[in-house]
Amino acid sequence: MKERTVWEQIADQLRSRSIWMLHYCTGCGAMELPPTMTARFDMERFGIMPMATPRQADILLITGYLNTKTLRRVIYTYEQMADPKYVIGFGSCTINGGIYYDSYSTINRLDYYIPVDVYIAGCMPRPEAILEAFQYLMEKIRKGEADGWKRYKENYEWYKQNQIRSLGEVYVHDEFHE
Amino acid sequence: MTGVYKAIFNLAIAFFFVLTLEGIGRKITARVQRRIGPPWYQSFIDVFKALSKHPFSNGWIFDFGVLMALGGAIATAAIVPMGSTFWTPFPNTDNFFVIMYLFAVGALGMAMGMVGSGNPWASIGVTRALTQMLGYELPYLIVLASMMFYYKTASIHLLIEKQAGGWNLLVMPIGAIVAFISLLGMLGKKPFDIAIAPAEIASGPMVELSGKYLGLLHIMHVFSIFVEITLFVDVFLGGGNFWWFLLKFLIVWILAVLISSVLPRFRIEQMLKFYWGVPLGLAFLNAFFVLMGWTL
Ligand code: SF4
Repeated sequence: MKERTVWEQIADQLRSRSIWMLHYCTGCGAMELPPTMTARFDMERFGIMPMATPRQADILLITGYLNTKTLRRVIYTYEQMADPKYVIGFGSCTINGGIYYDSYSTINRLDYYIPVDVYIAGCMPRPEAILEAFQYLMEKIRKGEADGWKRYKENYEWYKQNQIRSLGEVYVHDEFHE
Repeated sequence: MTGVYKAIFNLAIAFFFVLTLEGIGRKITARVQRRIGPPWYQSFIDVFKALSKHPFSNGWIFDFGVLMALGGAIATAAIVPMGSTFWTPFPNTDNFFVIMYLFAVGALGMAMGMVGSGNPWASIGVTRALTQMLGYELPYLIVLASMMFYYKTASIHLLIEKQAGGWNLLVMPIGAIVAFISLLGMLGKKPFDIAIAPAEIASGPMVELSGKYLGLLHIMHVFSIFVEITLFVDVFLGGGNFWWFLLKFLIVWILAVLISSVLPRFRIEQMLKFYWGVPLGLAFLNAFFVLMGWTL
C-alpha cells in the first residue's frame, strides 16, 4: 500500500468523523436503521447522517439481499457517488446469500460486484452490531485501509465482467419511454 | 483601509461563529429529541470533509452558479454592520437596499447553477425556493419600509443609532414578530424548509452537488445565515458593543432552532397561504400604526 501524504491523513481523519450515508434500502436489514438513527442509539453523535442523494453520500449501505434488478440500480448508485466512498454489507445475505442462497433471482456474494469495506454478520444485525460496524469502518478510514473505491478503479475490468456475467447487461432500461 | 480589515473580520466572524452555532443548534435539536447529538464542532468537520472529496461537475454553468452564489453571499456578509457604527465596514454602502440586492445575487447564482445541473429535482427545489422567497419577502419588506419611513433613513447603522432610546422590538412589536416569522422562512428552518425537503424531493437544489460543491454551498449558506440574522438583530434589537451583538445573535438563533426542532414541514401552498395571510395582515397593521404615529 502506498504511503499517504499528510493532507490525505488529515482528510482521512475528517472523513472518519463525518460519514454521510445514502438513504437507499434494499432488503429487510433497513428495518434496523430507524432505531439506530433515533433517540435510542443516536448515530448522529458519531457524525453519521442520512443524506438524500448518492452525489452527497460517502457510504452506501447494502441492507440485505439483492436481486438482479436491484443490483443494476445499486451499481448505478455506487458509480454516481463522489470518490472516497465506502460500502457496508448488512447481514448474511450480502456475505453468502443467507436464506436466499438458492434463489433464482438474487445474487449471493456482494463483493463480486462492488467492493465491500465492512460486513456485518447476522440475520438481521442488531443496532449495536451496526454501531460496532460503523466504529470499525471509522477505524479503517482513519488508518487509510478502507480503500474499496481504489480497488474498484484498479480492478474495474474484473468487476464489470462479474456484473455482466450475472446481469447480462448493466444498463437500466427506461421502461416507460422506450 | 480600515473598512477592508473590518470586512475581513466580518467574514471571519461569520464563518467561525455561525459554524459553531450550527453545531450548537444540532446539539440543541438532539437534546430536544432526547438524543446526545454531535459535538459542537461537527459542522467544521462536515465542511472540511466535503471540501476534501473528489466531486463531479455538471458543466460550466453549474460551476459558475456555485461560485456566483458564494461570491454574492460573501459580498453581502462583508458589508453588513455588526450591531454598532464602529463595526460597520463601509458606512456609506450599508444601505438596506444595497444589502437586499447583493443578497439576491447569491440566491440567483444558486438558482442558476442548480438548474444548470439538469436534474428535475433541482428545478423543483429552485422553484420552491423562489416561491418561498415571494412568500416571506412581502411581509418583511412592508415592515422594513414602514420602519424606513418612520426613521427617514435606510442606512442600517443609522437605524441602529436611532434605537438608542428604545429597541424597535419595543417600538413596533408587531413588526418585530412579523420579521421574525419571515426570518424563519429565510433561514429555511423547519416549518419552512420546503425548498430542501430531503424526503420529498431529495434535498431539492442540492441534489446533484457532490464533495467540494456541497462544501462551498454550505459555506454560502453559513454567510447567508449570518446576513439574515444580523439584519434582524441590527434593525430590531438595537445596538451595543460587539459582545452584546454576539449574544443577541445567539439568542435569536437558539429561538429559531427551538421552534424548528418541534415542528413538521409545511406544504408549498400552505406556506404561501400562511405568509400572505396573518403575517402580511400584521405587516400592514404595523405600517398603518406607523403612518398614524401610534408607536410605543
Ligand atoms: S440477512 Fe436476513 S434480515 Fe438481512 S436481508 Fe437477508 S434474510 Fe433479510
